[in-house]
Amino acid sequence: MIRLENVMKRYGETTAVRGLSLEVAAGEICVLIGPSGCGKTTTLRMINRLIEPTSGRIVVDGHDVTEQSPELLRRGLGYVIQSVGLFPHLTVADNIVTVPRLLGWDRGRMDARATELLALVGLDPREYADKYPRQLSGGEAQRVGVARALAADPPVLLMDEPFGAVDPLTRERLQAEFARIQRELHKTVVFVTHDVDEAIRLADRIAVMRDGQLQQYDTPEQILDHPANKFVHDFMGADRALKRLGRVRVDAVIRADVPVLSANRTADAIAERAACSESRFVYLVDADHRLEGWFDCRALANGASPESAITTVDWREVAVRPDTSLKEALSRMLGLGFRSISVVDGTGVLLGIVGLADIEETMTDSDAHIASVPGGLGGAGEAEA
Amino acid sequence: MKRRRTGLAAVAAAAVAFAYLVSRQDWWAAALTRLFPTLTQAVFPSATVADLVTQHLQIVLISSAITLLVGLPLGVWVTRPSGRAFRELVAASVDFGQTFPPVAVLALMMPLLGLGTSPAIVALSLYGLFPVVSNTVAGIEAVSPSVLDAATGMGMGKWRILFTVEFPLAARVIMAGIRTSVIINIGTATVAAATGAGGLGSPIYSGINLQNGAWVLEGAVAAALLAMVADSVLAQVERAVAPTA
Repeated sequence: MIRLENVMKRYGETTAVRGLSLEVAAGEICVLIGPSGCGKTTTLRMINRLIEPTSGRIVVDGHDVTEQSPELLRRGLGYVIQSVGLFPHLTVADNIVTVPRLLGWDRGRMDARATELLALVGLDPREYADKYPRQLSGGEAQRVGVARALAADPPVLLMDEPFGAVDPLTRERLQAEFARIQRELHKTVVFVTHDVDEAIRLADRIAVMRDGQLQQYDTPEQILDHPANKFVHDFMGADRALKRLGRVRVDAVIRADVPVLSANRTADAIAERAACSESRFVYLVDADHRLEGWFDCRALANGASPESAITTVDWREVAVRPDTSLKEALSRMLGLGFRSISVVDGTGVLLGIVGLADIEETMTDSDAHIASVPGGLGGAGEAEA
Repeated sequence: MKRRRTGLAAVAAAAVAFAYLVSRQDWWAAALTRLFPTLTQAVFPSATVADLVTQHLQIVLISSAITLLVGLPLGVWVTRPSGRAFRELVAASVDFGQTFPPVAVLALMMPLLGLGTSPAIVALSLYGLFPVVSNTVAGIEAVSPSVLDAATGMGMGKWRILFTVEFPLAARVIMAGIRTSVIINIGTATVAAATGAGGLGSPIYSGINLQNGAWVLEGAVAAALLAMVADSVLAQVERAVAPTA
């Protein structure tokens, strides 16, 4: 879909990018990563001709990018930047349909598209369509930025550190949602970041760059397990086993067969349920199967009253989602001091649990296992999702 | 919205009141006679206040129009890649244009353009250039680079970016420059009388020459009122071009 052939960019004496050849297959996310000044942003900006290469060729969808005017080329390549760059004088809806407006869509079609895209990026169209950019939080602005890039449904997205300017929690959320959108839309994405975890989580392939040169271009698993040189090895960091957990989603190791108790919560019912439960915890759910808490069978067996064995919780605070990465789930577990963590859907319905042991197993298992885990973000195993 | 309508109504009322006041030559005569009882001619005899204001406005409108036609493109040009090299030169020149006394410009222009309104219009146009050019540059340069990067990256052309992104975002600052320029122009245009261009400078100059304080006051008060009305009108325009700011 995108092919760079021996691309070079020189500024006077300094060479920003040298002899770069790279191919991104349709529907894949290629993450360009490296330290500042390694040429990753320059590479991205050469694809939509914001920077013209000194030599070499860039081909998108079979056509040399120099075949058409930069303006026409760019309308077919979605563009997202770290600072978002929303137009302050236009409403959110008008910002989103920037490219459709350039393409001459009629008003009704543009309004419909803005509504559709706001919903896609998780913003309520009725609430957000008429807001101005200054009324948005950083995370909301970046969602609008992504919606704007998708407006004319371009096959290619170019993203320059899109989630670099938001807080870690928002970034985590945006990454998960971007992965979800990508599973739906199958865009060909070139994504620049300096965040190794982000690269591992989102990439189908990672291109590690240094001083304008490509060091290694491979899947995250290969780069973690078989770094091409010392630079790649050091850049990816020492905690490779932990980083690999960023590739595996909670729903790949979830235990769905957890004991639950819904309506009848009398002391007798609890004791009876505890007696026949093989696991230590029995989960309490409401009539809609939403997580409300759990009780500790072991405490009960040791003579505690049923009331004191019950822990009531807010699912928003103690549970993870199926699309959370195991790395995130592990860090939540350690933070909460739990040996297992509940998994709920967006409305709090209990889907199962993930235990520390399940995660441990993933870490010590063979590499083949990790690669074959269905649901690795954006990976080939997505078909079953 | 409601406040804007009230503001508009107030400005319209002020403009109408000013026009009516200017048309009442008898009021001016009565007031000036009472203030200067010793003078035999307390009101300027050569032209009515209405005529003087009309002449004055003509000079101001023409010279301000020239200032805008030259100043806006000049300000835009020095923010483009092709003109960026001239940015400092242009800034220094318009700065010089404003520090150079308009009376001296008149004196220099007279041999070339003769008497009448032409030298005055040239002098005033140059004099008003500074706020227009500097505010145009400041307004356009204040547009965030990330907004321009996004606009370019999404496939907007240079002209489209200028008209649909840079101008709307710079409108308020540019408009403030235009307002300053016009108000300065209204006051400075009184010097136009020195070359016989007429306007509200005429009673002032004649008054100084003939030691008639009433005429000086007549021209000065009318010019000041005109400037105040024009300022509030332009303030409304300013609000209209940048309603969301």
